Amino acid sequence: MGALSQKHLIGIKHLQKSDIELIFQTADNFKDILQRPIKKVPSLRDITIANLFFEDSTRTRISFELAEKRLSADTINFSASGSSVKKGETLLDTVRNILAMKVDMIVMRHSSSGAADFLSQHISASIINAGDGTHEHPTQGLLDGYSVREKCGELKGLNYLIIGDIKHSRVAGSDIPLMLKMGAKVKVCGPPTLVPKHIEELGVTYEPNLKKALEWCDVANVLRIQLERMDIKFVPSLREYALTYGVNKELLDSIKKKIIIMHPGPINRGVELNSDVADSKQSIILQQVENGVAIRMAALYLLAGRA
Amino acid sequence: MQPRVILDSKKLTLTITRLCHQLIEQHKDFSNSAIIGVQPRGVFLANRIHQKLSEILKRKDIEYGKLDITFYRDDFRIKSKPMIADETNISFSLEGKNIILIDDVLYTGRTIRSALDAMLDYGRPDDVELLVLIDRRLQRHLPIQAKYVGRVVDSIAAEKVKVEWKETDGADKVWIVEDDRQ
Repeated sequence: MGALSQKHLIGIKHLQKSDIELIFQTADNFKDILQRPIKKVPSLRDITIANLFFEDSTRTRISFELAEKRLSADTINFSASGSSVKKGETLLDTVRNILAMKVDMIVMRHSSSGAADFLSQHISASIINAGDGTHEHPTQGLLDGYSVREKCGELKGLNYLIIGDIKHSRVAGSDIPLMLKMGAKVKVCGPPTLVPKHIEELGVTYEPNLKKALEWCDVANVLRIQLERMDIKFVPSLREYALTYGVNKELLDSIKKKIIIMHPGPINRGVELNSDVADSKQSIILQQVENGVAIRMAALYLLAGRA
Repeated sequence: MQPRVILDSKKLTLTITRLCHQLIEQHKDFSNSAIIGVQPRGVFLANRIHQKLSEILKRKDIEYGKLDITFYRDDFRIKSKPMIADETNISFSLEGKNIILIDDVLYTGRTIRSALDAMLDYGRPDDVELLVLIDRRLQRHLPIQAKYVGRVVDSIAAEKVKVEWKETDGADKVWIVEDDRQ
């Protein structure tokens, strides 16, 4: 019988390999449940979960909400717009007020890196980080790993490529430690302005040439160009980015092997990823979304059981 | 306390054969009946019963499923660690069927309560009967009774009934030991 080593899910970097394996194994069970006519179990019926989204989200928010409902938890939803945050309430005050109404778990997205970690030092409820600034997005990392594992059998020995805006990407922030912990090799590819300095320190390699990088990898995760996080120009224009780093069918066809294509969404079609790839058989984008619910159920279940 | 054996391999085989004949008496040729083993330990008994029934009735198509109840338990947050689920494998609809639910030991009745909940998510059976190898009848927490019982055991809470199977433990044996969790 296993249990997570952590009380919160703040980042993949805090997890052990056995934690990740346990979450994957539990997600397998929940994936079976999601295939049934009645896709619901009563495990968390005595738990109330607050979904605090201080930043916009569609996929993650719906995915978490569905996962909570499938586990029979009670949920409350909060978004920063239309709340007292606009009146100047601090993050800690907002959360303490919500917890005073007897909430057991917090799922939080915030635009500041480290927000979830900060909160975990001040409150006792379990926290799941649903993305904090440019830091981590652990459930996305887990579902990416889970989707690749489902497609390829295991992660060990795989060549995993992340393309695009590595600097601002919390998906890369979670994918890199997850893949490395599970024994995959990781390479990043993108314009030098969007790749952090000293990235090699993490144990990954950098390749500026997209075609060379694609030839190396088994799986390519194409990241979104995050226009909202670019105060200054990191690339001359979107058009130039699409020409140099956009993944399209012609480019993939020029490579001998079949690469699996992933994207965390939402896609800027025609910029980082062309429609002829996004909608092709090589892409597992929709499987990623499907697996997201099972992974989040597993994370919620295992953290609730630990509390 | 000395561990004592209450069923050895020979007696266990006899008991299973008797239970099978009792089932046939009630369910005839099993045309509208199905067997469900409760994961993890009830499945070993269910395997044997299914095998024996197929032998006696000379049928290979008696419907048989395995049910995991982990996510339906009521002691989920009481235990110190979350429980890890096993596979649920029910490839047929339970709608309108006569179901025989099988577990190894009936103790507090909580497992069976969870199993009833879990089962209803796969359809609405016509009726559900419970078959257990060991009935610890003095320890019930809920009003749940088995229809088919291998052996009734009057044991105290400080004792534990261990059911061992050749497949996993090396030999078929049921014995009473001191419960080290107490």
